[in-house]
Amino acid sequence: MNQRIPVTELTSDFKSRAHDALADPQLRANFRTAMDSLMRKRADAFSDEAEREGLRELGNLIRARSLSNLPDLLEQLEARLTANGIKVHWAETTAQANEIVHGIIEARNGRQVVKGKSMVSEEMEMNDYLADRDIECLESDMGEYIVQLDHEKPSHIIMPAIHKNARQVSQLFNEKLGEPVSEDVDELIQTGRRILRRKFLEADVGVSGVNFAIAETGTLLLVENEGNGRMSTTAPPVHIAVTGIEKVVSNLRDVVPLLSLLTRSALGQPITTYVNMISGPRKPDELDGPEEVHLVLLDNGRTGAFADAQLRQTLNCIRCGACMNHCPVYTRVGGHTYGEVYPGPIGKIVTPHMVGLDRVPDHPSASSLCGACGEVCPVKIPIPELLQRLRQENVQSPQHEPKAVKGAGSKYSRKERMIWRSWQWLNTQPALYRLFLWGATRFRGLAPKRVGPWTENHSAPVPARRSLHDLARDHLSTNAVGDPRT
Amino acid sequence: MSELFYDAAPNATRIAPARAPERAYPGKPEDVSLFGTCVVDLFFPEAGLDAIRLLEQQGIRVHFPQQQSCCGQPAWTSGYRDEARAVALAQLNLLDDGRPVVVPSGSCAGMFRHHYRELFADEPDNLRRAEALAARTFELTEFLLKVCQVKLVDRGQPYKIALHTSCTARREMNTHLHARELLAQLDNVQRVDHDHESECCGFGGTFSVRMPDISGAMVLDKTAALRGSGAAEAISADAGCLMNINGALEKQQHGFRGRHLASFLWERCGGAE
Repeated sequence: MNQRIPVTELTSDFKSRAHDALADPQLRANFRTAMDSLMRKRADAFSDEAEREGLRELGNLIRARSLSNLPDLLEQLEARLTANGIKVHWAETTAQANEIVHGIIEARNGRQVVKGKSMVSEEMEMNDYLADRDIECLESDMGEYIVQLDHEKPSHIIMPAIHKNARQVSQLFNEKLGEPVSEDVDELIQTGRRILRRKFLEADVGVSGVNFAIAETGTLLLVENEGNGRMSTTAPPVHIAVTGIEKVVSNLRDVVPLLSLLTRSALGQPITTYVNMISGPRKPDELDGPEEVHLVLLDNGRTGAFADAQLRQTLNCIRCGACMNHCPVYTRVGGHTYGEVYPGPIGKIVTPHMVGLDRVPDHPSASSLCGACGEVCPVKIPIPELLQRLRQENVQSPQHEPKAVKGAGSKYSRKERMIWRSWQWLNTQPALYRLFLWGATRFRGLAPKRVGPWTENHSAPVPARRSLHDLARDHLSTNAVGDPRT
Repeated sequence: MSELFYDAAPNATRIAPARAPERAYPGKPEDVSLFGTCVVDLFFPEAGLDAIRLLEQQGIRVHFPQQQSCCGQPAWTSGYRDEARAVALAQLNLLDDGRPVVVPSGSCAGMFRHHYRELFADEPDNLRRAEALAARTFELTEFLLKVCQVKLVDRGQPYKIALHTSCTARREMNTHLHARELLAQLDNVQRVDHDHESECCGFGGTFSVRMPDISGAMVLDKTAALRGSGAAEAISADAGCLMNINGALEKQQHGFRGRHLASFLWERCGGAE
């Protein structure tokens, strides 16, 4: 695995990837089964509706308070972490973040890195960056390990290999590791664990993400279920945590409700198997723990979202994945279709700030605005409202300044604007609208048999013989029932 | 280092609106306006007429302002705010007479109840009128059940139906249980569940033509679930969903169809005094 993992360059667009995914029955079945199970688990974990809604409101308020205070909290966090012996680094771009991480590893002459799960490191494409510099990065989360082994990217932010079933994982282990074929999940996990255990001891550096960075105490909180997070952050002599600037909260009291929301929304768990609270490197009288601990705080477009009061709400996100578990679009096309690090509803609203709307022009449109995501979001991000806002930004002229989101205007179309202008004209001139109704009903036999993409899935719509305008006028004027009191 | 973040306005942070208290309903009015919606107007006019009849059966005088067109939702959800605003303003001016407005569709009612506020957020006078319109807008099932407090008398034969509830009724209007309650009043009608009942049918307005592959997969699953439910017919209180579901069923050459709740209720209970 000491060679660079080839990055799949995405040459296709969202729609063609969706088309292919929809035609893959195995993928469809894997996602549907997994998402159904996750929805059930969440529902069971929040069986008391009043408690759930109260907790979601509290979670939203805590996140909003943290964000309203973000600059001060970050300064406090830096001061407290530094006092605790954790080195704090700031990165505006993913390139800077990679340079910082590489610098820390180089200073220790490190060659082997073991990683706990971190979506921010996926944003950075850290594995590839380090592989290019002859540093081996091994993913230790079982799902991440599986996708790394298959040269893939995660398809879900909590369950990276959810697109594969046990049989597919077994085939992969057989092909890449020479393991005997087995569909027993426990056996597969033991195989992965056996290989990873050795790596924890050999690694020079451990890398992890952060779920909550607590400003008051200078604590990095990390939740996980496999123990790999604890191993990655304690066994190697150096621990580097990477996280986004929005993950900071004031104090440990704030964490309690957020943690409950996170674990119940994600996997329906009352609490994860491991809750790691990292507050510094090994002290002179301690027997274990890393000699150095670093935190890299990454911006990568988050300040752009922060600058807009409405879009700032994207930074509430605590990365539970409930929105994708409940999304009828994600369930059908899977995470890889989105082509970016963060898939699903949350991906559609955070990714534009990171890479620009022009790189993901179809993302805001890929939603029926059914509202399932907003309904389950533990911190009440109004995802449908934000998708609608991004659609507005994306149909503006690309020349329009200032831009609320970088790359806005990527769906600008003079032709479509003209269509909506005509629609506006029709619907604001009552006489014209009625003339249209008259024509459409009178000449209903001439209605086109093919109506663009609509008739790919539907028969052509045929107008009624008479419009409601007509029927209502006749009914209300000639029928005495129009006035029941007479 | 954190000077990066001082450019933004920290005090602008938004919090989620508090949970709306249960809506307080007025007594039954003498007059209402029916906002038919453009989809009903052209494709399901009998549902609009049946809605009028159901309201008249409750002793209400129904007005149908002939100047009405569309609520503006298609442009709004497509991101064309200015065009949506112009069409919304025409309806706002038309429906400004203080009469309660009844809408036989969750999504168009939701447009009046929730999104006109956003469209006119920067225009104090129009915003005030939009708030007033929101306060007296009712989805048909909500109006029948909560304002009229109907007691339906079922005159039909035993019948099984599946109910498809629109996402806007479910998640925006909070009227997702109203159609169920109305149907439960019909002694001879059995409502059967269908697979993934709370899932979207895939319509989503222009989503259905922008993303035909995804939308098509969704409506294929929805129609299969409805057909597999054992019901003789699907009922929905939203004509947008019905256009999607029925159009897909026709394309699939299945005889099974969906019907608007207003038409179903009128067929079962029409003529009762």
